[in-house]
Amino acid sequence: MSPVDGAGVNNPNLPVDQAVSEGRVPGRREEEIPELHEVGCPPELQERIETLMARYPDRRSASIPALWAVQELYGWCTPEGIRQAAAVMRFTPAYLESVASFYDLLHTEPVGRHRIEVCTNISCWMRGGDELLDAFQAAAEGDEDFFVTGFECLGACDIAPMAAIGQRYYGPLEAAEAGTAIAQIKAGEEVLPAKALSERGLAGDAPAPGGSS
Amino acid sequence: MAHELETRVLLEHAEDPALRTLAGYKRLAGGYATQERAYREMEQDEILKELEDSGLRGRGGAGFSMGKKASFLPRGDMAKYLCCNADESEPGAFKDRELMQRNPHQLIEGIAIAALAADAGHAFIFIRGEYDEQADILDAAVAEAYEAGYLGTNILGCHRDLELVVHRGAGAYICGEETALLDALEGKRGNPRLKPPFPAVQGLYGGPTLINNVETLSNVPRIVANGAEWFKGFGTEQSPGTKVVSISGAVRRPGNYEVELGIPTRDLIYGLAGGPDPGHEIKAFYPGGSSSPVLTPAELDLPYSFEAMAEAGSMLGSGSIIVADDRVSIPHMALRTARFYHHESCGKCAPCREGTNWTVKMLERVVRGEATPMDLDIISSVQENIMGHCLCVLGDSMAMPVSAMVRKFRPEFEAVIETAGLDPHVVVSAPAETLGATV
Ligand SMILES: Cc1cc2nc3c(=O)[nH]c(=O)nc-3n(C[C@H](O)[C@H](O)[C@H](O)COP(=O)(O)O)c2cc1C
Ligand code: SF4
Ligand code: FES
Repeated sequence: MSPVDGAGVNNPNLPVDQAVSEGRVPGRREEEIPELHEVGCPPELQERIETLMARYPDRRSASIPALWAVQELYGWCTPEGIRQAAAVMRFTPAYLESVASFYDLLHTEPVGRHRIEVCTNISCWMRGGDELLDAFQAAAEGDEDFFVTGFECLGACDIAPMAAIGQRYYGPLEAAEAGTAIAQIKAGEEVLPAKALSERGLAGDAPAPGGSS
Repeated sequence: MAHELETRVLLEHAEDPALRTLAGYKRLAGGYATQERAYREMEQDEILKELEDSGLRGRGGAGFSMGKKASFLPRGDMAKYLCCNADESEPGAFKDRELMQRNPHQLIEGIAIAALAADAGHAFIFIRGEYDEQADILDAAVAEAYEAGYLGTNILGCHRDLELVVHRGAGAYICGEETALLDALEGKRGNPRLKPPFPAVQGLYGGPTLINNVETLSNVPRIVANGAEWFKGFGTEQSPGTKVVSISGAVRRPGNYEVELGIPTRDLIYGLAGGPDPGHEIKAFYPGGSSSPVLTPAELDLPYSFEAMAEAGSMLGSGSIIVADDRVSIPHMALRTARFYHHESCGKCAPCREGTNWTVKMLERVVRGEATPMDLDIISSVQENIMGHCLCVLGDSMAMPVSAMVRKFRPEFEAVIETAGLDPHVVVSAPAETLGATV
């Protein structure tokens, strides 16, 4: 069997890089990889990515974590940030960009620093997810600090309709609470404390719903 | 107090936030005692046999025997890996979130024991990027476990090593498919691989790899502690054990409920989740997440087990019930479902890439009233042609529920075509009060 991209087929004991070094591996054309001194990588970003790479048997595995680090530092995966990560990881920038563009949470275009994902999937749709998304969009209208987007199921259909605000889950939300949340973020206050998922108990411990069943 | 219909094993003590800490896990649940016993006293084959005898079936969707899968890994001193699948991105599924949030150490202990059974020296928890809070909780728990010597080098002085890394994804449902997960973990775009070779033979970095779901691995400590016979005391013969079931949609008390497999589905939807709002009736439900063919109220009394759901032409999948009541438009629900798979299709193979795209466009025409009843036949035949022809199961995951909806609710599709222009979308109920909240 020929060396498959990235897999140490010939000898599983070898680190991937060595096992497949004879083949053409995407993202590894030396002449296209920027040198560290050319990219002006902030030392803390370099250090962070190097620590991430050390956690894996193959440093390539750190590409998503490295892109998270870039996004955290610059607010989105900027071309410069991607070049810096590429120089540290010894990849072509194009390779890292191709990875970043695959994933919904990594942004290759500028976005506001406050990110709100509103779920519009089946269970949230039934309970008003579309209306909630409209409400968030209206409340954040014209403010470049905010990035509001509809999103697929976030894994919290029990609190439908819900939204992820700054990577934390809130629900069930009423459309009017969108404005409250945005005002709270602007004022630097805690966001919708009574609606945070982390504050909830197990569903089975709540009083049974009244009425006939 | 949990409802009498619940059987909390994995979620035992889960209402207590102290369970999240290593000290709390030890005090409340006798945590890590099983790992100590396994590492000090048990042989690899002994653990494998216990897992296989227990009949534990994978909780991530396919329901394959966990012990069998672990025994498929070749022996020898090549590097082997264990990946815990915590991607949980199928619409309707949110049980792994609960298990990681409330009982992270149970999962870590399960991983440590399963790694011994699979002889893996490196383990990863691949968690969806959206679960940032749960990933933070896992990070803290993993750090505690390293500190206490349950992970790392020379664990418990037994000359065994295990590194465990919490790896955050970045938003792509397809990464839950096991081979796409491997590519994502290798730092690439998450495209599925052709199987065979199966991951057990050639997985992460080309090495033998055991991939199991969060809930599957969370079951491991108790099975090894109490034995296969104890585990088989729960559930049915073909579906032993308990299951954390996520119930959402048009029910009054949505949430996660842990029950013995095989209880009547009605008990889950009505007894535990409270059924639909008063004055409304169930029209359809997905029994196993958005990729399962929908069932109708006539099937509410089926036992909730792998075998009963398969016999009814559907599947238990990851164990997520989504309920639609009489206010929900099935054609619109079919469109939402198809849109999800279209958005998440990785595009590697044509039947899925083109089929999901085409199905969305056709269903849009249906709800706009621009289709003809004959188009419904074409939609169905296209679904037939997607099924079984894709590289991974994502294509089928759209085709199965969509074709079931068209088949079982055809008059409603035809009516929607007739009444074009009306938007039948209604909000099921005002957002439930703070049901489930204990604060
Ligand atoms: C498109 C797709 C998405 C999947 N998503 C998940 C997932 O999020 N979590 C999961 O455990 N399994 C998921 N699976 C199933 C996995 O491929 C695999 O069967 C499972 O992780 C094996 O673990 P188990 O045997 O413990 O169930 C998915 C499969 C497909 C085809
Ligand atoms: S079935 Fe869909 S998701 Fe799976 S490999 Fe093909 S295009 Fe990708
Ligand atoms: S449908 Fe909205 S979180 Fe699942």
